[in-house]
Amino acid sequence: MGSRRALTGWGGTSPTVATVVPVADDDAVGRFVVGTSERGVLARGLGRSYGDAAQNAGGVVLDLTSLDRVLRIDVEDAVVEVEAGASLDRLMRLLLPLGLFVPVTPGTRYVTVGGAIAADIHGKNHHVDGSFGQHVTSIDLMVADGSIRRLAPHEPLFWATVGGMGLTGVILRATLRLTRVESAFCVVDTERCDDLDDLLARMTEGDDRYTYSVAWIDCLARGSSLGRSVLTRGWSARRDQLPARLQPRATEFRPRQLAVAPPVFPSGLLNRATVTAFNEVWFRKAPRVRRGEVQGIATFFHPLDGVGRWNRVYGPRGFLQYQFVVPFGAEDTLRRSLEMLSASGLASFLAVLKRFGAAGDGHLSFPSPGWTLALDLPLGAADLGGLLDRLDAEVLAAGGRFYLAKDSRLPASAMAQMYPRLDEWRAVRAEVDPRGVFTSDLARRLDL
Amino acid sequence: MKDAIGNVQRILVLGGTSEIALATVRRLTEGRPDADVTLAARPGTRRADAASTLRGRGLTVTELDLDVTDRDSYERAIGATFDGGRDVDVVLIAFGVLGDQERAWQDLDAALELTQVNYTAAVGCGVLVAARMRVQGHGTIVAFSSVAGELPRRSNFVYGSTKAGMDAFFSGLGEAVAPDGVEVIVVRPGFVRTRMTAGLRPAPLSQTADQVAAVVVDGLRAGRDRVWAPSTMRWVMSALRHLPRVVLRRLPI
Repeated sequence: MGSRRALTGWGGTSPTVATVVPVADDDAVGRFVVGTSERGVLARGLGRSYGDAAQNAGGVVLDLTSLDRVLRIDVEDAVVEVEAGASLDRLMRLLLPLGLFVPVTPGTRYVTVGGAIAADIHGKNHHVDGSFGQHVTSIDLMVADGSIRRLAPHEPLFWATVGGMGLTGVILRATLRLTRVESAFCVVDTERCDDLDDLLARMTEGDDRYTYSVAWIDCLARGSSLGRSVLTRGWSARRDQLPARLQPRATEFRPRQLAVAPPVFPSGLLNRATVTAFNEVWFRKAPRVRRGEVQGIATFFHPLDGVGRWNRVYGPRGFLQYQFVVPFGAEDTLRRSLEMLSASGLASFLAVLKRFGAAGDGHLSFPSPGWTLALDLPLGAADLGGLLDRLDAEVLAAGGRFYLAKDSRLPASAMAQMYPRLDEWRAVRAEVDPRGVFTSDLARRLDL
Repeated sequence: MKDAIGNVQRILVLGGTSEIALATVRRLTEGRPDADVTLAARPGTRRADAASTLRGRGLTVTELDLDVTDRDSYERAIGATFDGGRDVDVVLIAFGVLGDQERAWQDLDAALELTQVNYTAAVGCGVLVAARMRVQGHGTIVAFSSVAGELPRRSNFVYGSTKAGMDAFFSGLGEAVAPDGVEVIVVRPGFVRTRMTAGLRPAPLSQTADQVAAVVVDGLRAGRDRVWAPSTMRWVMSALRHLPRVVLRRLPI
């Protein structure tokens, strides 16, 4: 009944050992929720959160990926009811041929619906469509006493669960509102931006015309090129916007994985030299301006999914993702953080900037109006911890916050400052789980 | 919980007045003073001073009485620490006595004191801490051994034999507990200029407590299971081990 195994997040840091139990139905989940040890229980999906959010040292981790049936598709009303372990990849393959698309997709399709709700994930369309939780109309949640609650968006427990990092119970099923599309393609405009001011101005001025928008930033560029970037924005393509040869199979969606990274990469491969070279090529290869390019959904949204286990490229010491949001008006903080990073020479292979729209109602939901910057940073540099601690202080002072699904290193003291609704969330959780049955390494680290 | 950078939230020091252990605590919590530290040691001014120094750095310090010659005492200290509060991320097994070498191989009481403190109590604490950390599913045990344990020499073979024993135990323990998410790091310092060695002639490659601490913290963050301080000592000891006894005997070490 389950195996004891070391688990990490996608970043491969801070492994801890838990009893991992695959569960495929409500009864199995119930047995472990009710009969649990003092180290508690946690649901885990595809393990794409970067830090320790889906780990529960010494306790039970329920592997929900077999609880993955699609229960009901209503094409008329654009609604789907699914079990929590179903992945967005599975949903897209099933729904796109029917002219339906998930309301929000992150940078990977390999996340489960349960995880998407628990982290209240966002995508390139946040500025117009909000986060994942805003498109959920119903959640079946198994709470600490083993009972199953069907939650609707008017209940506090619903919004404690959306963005609640799995700490209110086990999400078993959910109903989602979908987006109607005419094709599995996007129409994409690409622009090269010379510096941070140029980028922010273009995003502020133009983002609202696009459904999807994101910018890649060259973090190693300094001085007058600080913040040089490639901005890509687009819409879901109408059938008549596709070239004639694609029109008959407009809604076909069969992305393939090109390769799987083997576990042979040494730490330190992604260093200042290699990342500088990559960034130069990436920036130069982007056209100064290109309008109306047709791209497949997988290419536009999930370029990294083409290589399985790409996180192995960071080597055995792993990496972390640092993602924060600062309110509009705190552009100086954004500039300061880019300056600190480029001056430190720490190489971020992936740095993306996005403009968030209005916040949702999740008590611990990350997105709030402002600029969100996400950086992938390899572990190993001696000064990384100190630099990020200093960056934390800048972000917090500017009224910003960090994304719990990415975090692997914040101190507990940052939590209340970042999330003003923390006490409200704690009160709801204390009522539904007074003994703290649901817990995680993240919850222990941040005293949640 | 230990984070991705290697910052820790709770530390237990068994032998809480050890200069090397305290230097390790300082380095480990540098920049992140929101950690809890429990200093288990004999009551007295040394422990009080150590506690107030750490408090001055912003750490939350608990003092516990510990007499490692008394099994009940270390069982109580370890039990109380693991039962109260957050998970314990790091336990430093840092107590030890150097003893008087010439007495120690001729006087039964002196010999038994060395073996009881340096070996028996270290093994006892290792057993208890490992059991608690296996339940947690994570944690790191730092066992302070010595290069004296790698090579028995005429000048300190009794002390060396106790360290050889504890070194072997913790090296093996690391293998045994790895499947449960627990890490053991065995630290082999050379000559360290501390209270314990005051009055002795410093050997070549001698170190300060802080230099040893730096090696320990680097080793912890890199996930090593064994470190030498200074790290060059590894190669020196490796070479010495292969010398014929007749040669070794004549070396001024």
